[in-house]
Parts: sequence; structure tokens; C-alpha cells
Amino acid sequence: MSLIEITEVRKSFGSNEVLKGINLNVEPGEVIAIIGKSGSGKSTLLRCINGLESINAGSISVAGAQLLPDELHLKALRLKVGMIFQQFNLFPHLTVGGNVMLSQSVVKKTPRAEAETLARAMLERVGLDAKFDAYPDELSGGQQQRVAIARALAMQPIALLCDEITSALDPELVGEVLAVVRSLAAEGMTLLMVTHEMKFARDVCSRVVFMHQGRVHEIGRPEDVFANPQTPELKQFLGML
Amino acid sequence: MTEFSIWDILRNLLLAARWTIMLSLVSFIGGGLLGTLLLFMRIGRNRAGQIFAKIYVEVFQGTPLLMQLFLAFFGLGLFGISVPSWLAAGVALICWTAAFLVEIWRGCVEAILKGQWEAAASLGMGYVQQMRYVILPQALKIAIPPTVGFSVQVVKGTALTSIIGFVELSKAGTVVTNATFQPFTVYGLVALIYFAICWPLSKSSQILERKLNVAHRNH
Amino acid sequence: MNYHFSFNWLLIYYPELLKGIRITVQLILIGAVFGVSLGIACAWARALGPAWLKPVVTAYVELIRNTPFLIQLFFIFFGLPSLGLQMGETSAANIAMIINLGAYSCEIIRAGIQATPKGQFEAGVSLAMTPFETFRYVVVLPSLQRIWPALCSQIIIVMLGSSVVSQIAAEDLTFAANFIQSRSFRAFEAYFVSTLIYLALAVLLRQVLKFIGGRLFPRRAPR
Repeated sequence: MSLIEITEVRKSFGSNEVLKGINLNVEPGEVIAIIGKSGSGKSTLLRCINGLESINAGSISVAGAQLLPDELHLKALRLKVGMIFQQFNLFPHLTVGGNVMLSQSVVKKTPRAEAETLARAMLERVGLDAKFDAYPDELSGGQQQRVAIARALAMQPIALLCDEITSALDPELVGEVLAVVRSLAAEGMTLLMVTHEMKFARDVCSRVVFMHQGRVHEIGRPEDVFANPQTPELKQFLGML
Repeated sequence: MTEFSIWDILRNLLLAARWTIMLSLVSFIGGGLLGTLLLFMRIGRNRAGQIFAKIYVEVFQGTPLLMQLFLAFFGLGLFGISVPSWLAAGVALICWTAAFLVEIWRGCVEAILKGQWEAAASLGMGYVQQMRYVILPQALKIAIPPTVGFSVQVVKGTALTSIIGFVELSKAGTVVTNATFQPFTVYGLVALIYFAICWPLSKSSQILERKLNVAHRNH
Repeated sequence: MNYHFSFNWLLIYYPELLKGIRITVQLILIGAVFGVSLGIACAWARALGPAWLKPVVTAYVELIRNTPFLIQLFFIFFGLPSLGLQMGETSAANIAMIINLGAYSCEIIRAGIQATPKGQFEAGVSLAMTPFETFRYVVVLPSLQRIWPALCSQIIIVMLGSSVVSQIAAEDLTFAANFIQSRSFRAFEAYFVSTLIYLALAVLLRQVLKFIGGRLFPRRAPR
């Protein structure tokens, strides 16, 4: 049984159907890149997986548990699946350490000392243990995004959803974030990444999903998808880059 | 003991409410005129005028309206004149209203970006012309919603004049309560009448703000 | 003008003035703490709360904001006891101030909450926090920081407005001034000095609130 099973998922915003029946199975340890034009439904799909958007039809299950829209199930889901956002969304009134520790204390009721130890470990993991007492507004974009990754990792998830996590960064800062993601992948973390970083997808991902107008248009290994696009839409998309 | 009907009570209150409205209008208009004068002092180039206007606002915004009413009532009396409560009420409310309006309007004028001043100046306009043709028309537009909003405060402020003996809605409420021993009903009706006067003004202010499409960043 | 100003009575009526100041300070302290708390709760209800609760809170806020504080005070002190609810003048004054500040601060704080970037809420829930936990640990403090100057101004306005509690014989500074005036017939001096004290209290209160703001909000205002 797959780690994440997405079956015939449909999602509409009002009369606009954004996801038109998505089927995808993610195995543990897979790194999946989701690519496509804006408006193809990539981010929406990701946000459905951790319950930020509700689905209109179909089903999603994570580690065998069905995703249902009530508070209890959503919370259980989010303990297993973390999310990193394009805009980082760090909490400005807390220090870096505070950001990483908050959810452990509040949700898991971890005692402070233990939470701090884990926070420092996660920050070291992303190369920012020296910044424990700094505030987000003192950090560069790349550093902030790495803190966001540490914050998600502190919840010890089984999978991470990355929603265009380098799109808001200056080009010279993209590398440091991708380096962290690369090392996570090497350790066997399951990752679903909506991304425009094609080179990264080629190097690191185990599968690439090309979405077009709310459907999975093509799916396969990077060498197949990038080298031999089957459909005209994908050809056009790759040509555009 | 005579029974008082709701209508008896209401009738008395509504008659007194006329005075509330009258005093509110006088205060608002008078305060507006005085406020305009103070505005030109405040944003003008005369240093002494600026300082005076600043201190004026600090004093009238930083002290209780009730105290201002007492001082007007007793202070004017020092000059030998017996001061009727309506005069003290009017004078105090006009001064108080002016202080708040000048700050609201000053905020609106300052919200007009410096670039507008510069553009007007570079077109060869003098100060008065800049004000008249470029700045004030825009400032006026932004100023309408908060000014209408403040009129609500003026109406509520008239309630305090009952304390120095001016007979308006609140005073009538006290008098009628003492006669009927029904404070819950009487003050309840008083509140509803104030609400009937103020709520449309509040709502208009909100609607005007939306229609004039203004980001009202006051508070 | 045949009037001789005399401020000697300040020495005689010193205790009454001090008591008046103390009561006024107590009133605004209690009023501010509980009023702002009530305001936060109501702001949450209007911005993020369940649908059935919103009209209730809206009705409360609109009612308070469109009626004079004096009438609210009279209603609570004179009107409620006729329904069997007895209370002393200080209690009534406290309750009236809390209810009044609660409504005004609700609107101010609500603006702060609604200016919170959506991403903050999303980050919170993505970390498995409940909406309420997200509100409490992620949203509240930055929201308060956003509107702190406006909230401080409102607290000062309520402090100055507390002068009317003298009308139900709560022994605040205005009550003291009235008392001194009735005993000494030095009306102008009594009110003049009291007004200066109110002015000083307003200045002091603003400084205190600024200090509290400095403690609550460690960083400069967020976006």
C-alpha cells in the first residue's frame, strides 16, 4: 500500500473545476516533482493533500488513514504531512527557535527542554543552529525558508509538501534551500514538490508529474518525461522554459 | 399612583430629543467652522499659529469633556454674567468638536502625498492656489467619511450637557425616571432613541468610505 | 472681574483629591484589562467565530458604539436593579467601562486580525495546530501590535470618559472636584486643578501603554 494514495480527486472553486479527477500513488521515499503552467492545479492538489483545501469528490489517504474533513482527522494528517510555503510564513513575533518549537509545545505538549533540543537539532540539520535566537526579519530569504523547513521537520513528518519553495527567492539564495531538500531526499524523506526548478527535478526526483488544466497529463521518470515528452502540451511547456 | 404608559414616556423623551439634535447641529457646524480656522493655523507657515493649534488640540483632546463643560459653566460665570446652561454647553461642545475635527482633517491633508504638492508647485502655483485646486479637493474627499463618523461622537457628547442642567434627551430621561420609577424602561428607550439618531450616521460613514473608495487608516 | 483666585484649599482637600485620583486609576486599570480582554474575545468572534455568534456580537458592538456612555452607565446602575440585580456604584462603574471599552476595542482589534496575512493561518494549521491555537499563539500578538496606537488612544478616551461615573456617586476624581466645589465654593479652581490632573493622567497613561507595548512586541511591526 502506498504512503499517499490520491484517487479520482476533484476540486472546484465555485463553478470553476480546478482538479478534474487526479490519480496518484506515492511510495515511501519517493521524491515527486509536480510541474505545469500556472492554473494547471498544481498548488491546489498539494493543498488538498494536507487539507488546506477541501475536495469535492474522490479520496485521499495517507499512511492508510482516510482523509476526512473533520478537525480530528485533519490534525492527525498534519502531524504526518508537513508543508513548506512559497512565502515562508514564519511567525514574525517569535525567534527562529521559537518558530521551530511552537508547534511541538502547543500540539504535542512536549516539555520545553526536549522541544528546544529537537529544535536545535533541526536547525543544525538545515545549517542555521547559530541563528536560534534571531528573529525572522533579521534573516535572508533563503535562511527564512530553511527555518521553515526546520520548523516542519520538527514535527517529524513522514512526508513533506513543498509549494514552489524557491519561487520567492533571489536566484543566489535558491541553491542553499535546494541543497537542504536534496539532503532530505537522500535520507529517504518522501517529498512532493511543486517546482519550476527543472534541473533540480531532473537530478533529484524519482518521478515527474506534468499537470495540465486540472489533469495529470504525463507522469514518469525524469529522464523519460524531459527527454521524451509524449503530448504536445508537455512539449510546448518544456519548450517554453 | 398614576400609571404611565410607554407612549407617555416616549412622547416626553422624543420632545427632548429635539434639543439633542439642535445642540448637535450647532456644535457640529460651529466646531467645523472653528476647526477650519484651526486647520489653517495648524498647517500654515506661521510658527506661533502652529504651536497654538497644537496646544489647543492637546488640551481639548486630553481632558474630559465633562470637565470642559464644568469649566465653561463656572468659568464664564467669573465674568459676572450668569451663564445659562445652553450657552456653556454650546461653547464647550464647539471647542471640543473643533479639536477633534482639526486632527481628522489634518490627517486627511497630510495623506495627500507630498508629490501632489510638488507637482502643483512645479506648475507654478502659489501656496493658496495649490491648496485650493489640488490639495483641498482631494483632502475633502478623504475627509468626508471620518467627519460623518465623528458626528456620532458629537451627538453622544450632548448627553453630558444634562449634567450642567441643559434639558435634552438624557436630562429628560432622568426627570422621567424620577417621575415614573421605571429606570429600565426609560433609560432603555433613551438608549434606543440615541441609537436611532446615531446608527444611521455611523452606517453612512461606512458606506461613504466604501463608495469614495478610501482606505481609512485612522483607527 | 471681582473674583479672587485662591488655591490654598489644595492643602485642605488634599486627601479627597488623592482618593479621587486613586479611584480613577483603579477604574481605568480594571477597565482596560478586562475591557481589552473582552475586546479580543469579541474580535475573534466577529472575525473568526461561528456564524451564529457574529450577529450577537455585532448587535452588542453597534449598540454600545451608538449610545452615550452616560446612558449605558445609568442603565446598568439604575435600570438593572429594577430587575433584581443589585450592585454598588463602583461595581456599576467598572462594569460599564468594561462593556464600553470592550465594544470599541473589538472593532479596533478586529481590524488588526483581518490584516493578518492568510499565510500565517495556513502555516499554523499546517503545523497541526487547531484554529484556536493558531489564533492564540500566532495571530493575537501581531494583530495587537498592528493596532496598538489606536487601542491606546481608545483606552485614554475611556479614561477621560470615566469622569461621568461621578454622576452615580462613584468617588472618582470628578466626584472629588464636585465635592471640593460644593464645600469651598471655589468652583473654577476645583475644576481647573482637576482638569490639569486629568491631563497629567492622560500623558502618564500614554507612557505606560507605550512601555507595555515595548514589552509585548519585541520586534518592529510586521508587514
